[in-house]
Amino acid sequence: MFPFIIRRTLGAAVTLLIIAAVTFFLFFAVPGDPARLACGKVCPPELLEQARHNLGLDQPLFAQFVAWLVGIFAGREYEGLGHCPAPCLGYSFVNRAPVFETILDRLPLTVSLTIGAMIVFFTFGVATGIVAALRQGKPLDKIASVSSLIGASVQIYFVGTLAMYFFVYQNPIFQQPRYTPFTENPLAWAGGLLLPWLVLAIIFTANYTRMTRSTMVEQLSEDYVRTARAKGMSGRSVVMRFALRGTLTPIVTILGVDLGTLIGGAIITETTFGLQGIGQLSIRSVVNSDLPMLMATVLVAAGAIVFFNIIVDILYAVIDPRVRLG
Amino acid sequence: MSTPFLSVRDLTVDFHTEDGVVHAVDGLSFDVEKGTTLGIVGESGSGKSVTNLTVLGLHNPETTKISGEIVLDGQQLIGAPSSTMEKLRGNKVAMIFQDPLTALSPYHTIGKQIGEVYRKHTGASRAQSRARAIEMLTRVGIPQPKIRVDDYPHQFSGGMRQRAMIAMALVCDPDLLIADEPTTALDVTVQAQILDLLKELQDQTGASIILITHDLGVVANTAHNVLVMYAGRAVERGTVKEVLQEPRHPYTWGLLASMPRLGAPVDVPLRPVRGTPPSLINVPPGCPFHPRCDYTQLAGPEICRSERPELSPHRGHGDACYLTLAQKREIHK
Repeated sequence: MFPFIIRRTLGAAVTLLIIAAVTFFLFFAVPGDPARLACGKVCPPELLEQARHNLGLDQPLFAQFVAWLVGIFAGREYEGLGHCPAPCLGYSFVNRAPVFETILDRLPLTVSLTIGAMIVFFTFGVATGIVAALRQGKPLDKIASVSSLIGASVQIYFVGTLAMYFFVYQNPIFQQPRYTPFTENPLAWAGGLLLPWLVLAIIFTANYTRMTRSTMVEQLSEDYVRTARAKGMSGRSVVMRFALRGTLTPIVTILGVDLGTLIGGAIITETTFGLQGIGQLSIRSVVNSDLPMLMATVLVAAGAIVFFNIIVDILYAVIDPRVRLG
Repeated sequence: MSTPFLSVRDLTVDFHTEDGVVHAVDGLSFDVEKGTTLGIVGESGSGKSVTNLTVLGLHNPETTKISGEIVLDGQQLIGAPSSTMEKLRGNKVAMIFQDPLTALSPYHTIGKQIGEVYRKHTGASRAQSRARAIEMLTRVGIPQPKIRVDDYPHQFSGGMRQRAMIAMALVCDPDLLIADEPTTALDVTVQAQILDLLKELQDQTGASIILITHDLGVVANTAHNVLVMYAGRAVERGTVKEVLQEPRHPYTWGLLASMPRLGAPVDVPLRPVRGTPPSLINVPPGCPFHPRCDYTQLAGPEICRSERPELSPHRGHGDACYLTLAQKREIHK
């Protein structure tokens, strides 16, 4: 287990380095001049030159990338802004805000959004899937498959906007979505995020229902499930202890991907509900050609995917003793 | 004659499928006496396994229609509530399946899988059931049972898995053990060991065994009585000696002729039963075997095609065929 984690972590570092390099050089491959944006509307050539120098854009590309990379581990000196301690991701081109602190500021919201939604869509999706599998072809199964089809087809900006209109503005059942840190007030934290959680869950649940149902149906016809019944195990224990175990592997797989994606930023969700998370940050840094901020949000997104991939691989071995981590 | 331990009367099992109604078992009757082994022989799809899954109540109640009687030790099992069946399964009646790799859960240790049956039916503690699992593994001849009890099935060889399966089936000292092709998935050398083990355990516990197989050799070695099934019906019944030495039904002849034997002349080719097994959705009228039978001319083609032969005589060595006893003896010499 331990050597596996070490090896996968090293692999993850290489992956992230490649992603960072690709993002960095792609940024300069597309048209646009961050110095001109930083300089403002009326910008004489000498001011533009000054802005370019301040942002470090007058250096060769490779030197800029190396400086960015070294900054993460060793910190970095900035003219006029002083020392940026490690891990230094630089300062925003737009408002000179320190990037690392900005990410730290935004991450709790995105993580809260992800975890809360996950609890809802995972429990609800898996439970519905089990019930549908056990009631194959019955009304309950049909209701589950139709509603998951609807859930998978709708878009968050549609459901989210409708939900906001009906349940926040027309009938104030839910609070206006806002973020309160969990440590400050857990109730306000949950209350403020409840609507986004539920709306996110509508879209994600469908996947889990369908995956659980189809795998469960397969598992229920497995020989070892029949053996469990032949041993006199109760119906409930046959389902929960034997059949469910085999359905976990594919569910954990999609859960890993979904969590990675959500931490990288639920862009549309955050926009729909006006929440200031990583998603909002990433889209704004693209629009503003804010390279340091953009690099950081890409790293968070890629890091989340890589991280959950490792977790999923470890879980495979926990779920199924035949899987060896190697 | 004492009342048999298991008595099956006029058992009929129909499955509803999209293609139509499958008549998997049709009017089957047989008995199993205490401490004896009944071998049920037949081709794939002859209804052997379905019959026994029905005894355990493991059929799908949604799609299956069952009629007849299954009386185990005086208790009627058809229509019994599921809680009764649950208490029976693994306790009084246990089952061994064909492929021990797929029949054991890959997610739980051998010891857990054996122990949980014991816990469920006796209310023993975790420690007690673990000790019992080790004891059972020792009895079925697993080396180093104290260590192997914590292994997963994939760490066992095929023969050991089947031994573990047997240990699991016998953990509550069942009165009836149903073994559904217990040796089909195993090496020939391991087959003999497993069959010996079953016989040995039967001698120790006095359990009755139903041995489902398509291998007459297995039956010859292990069973006391034989039931030959074809298309969901019994076509011949008797003691092993009667059925194997003086077989009376053309299908049994076919089975025997298609089986290689030691000591038989090497230049005589094996004769497979011609044709294919009938569809159980459209079972041929009359004797279900008549389309594949070589003796319909002799027995009377009309009656073979139109009227279903019953197993006769009612007791002892019986068969379902219109040939006269003299004709049968003449043909099978």
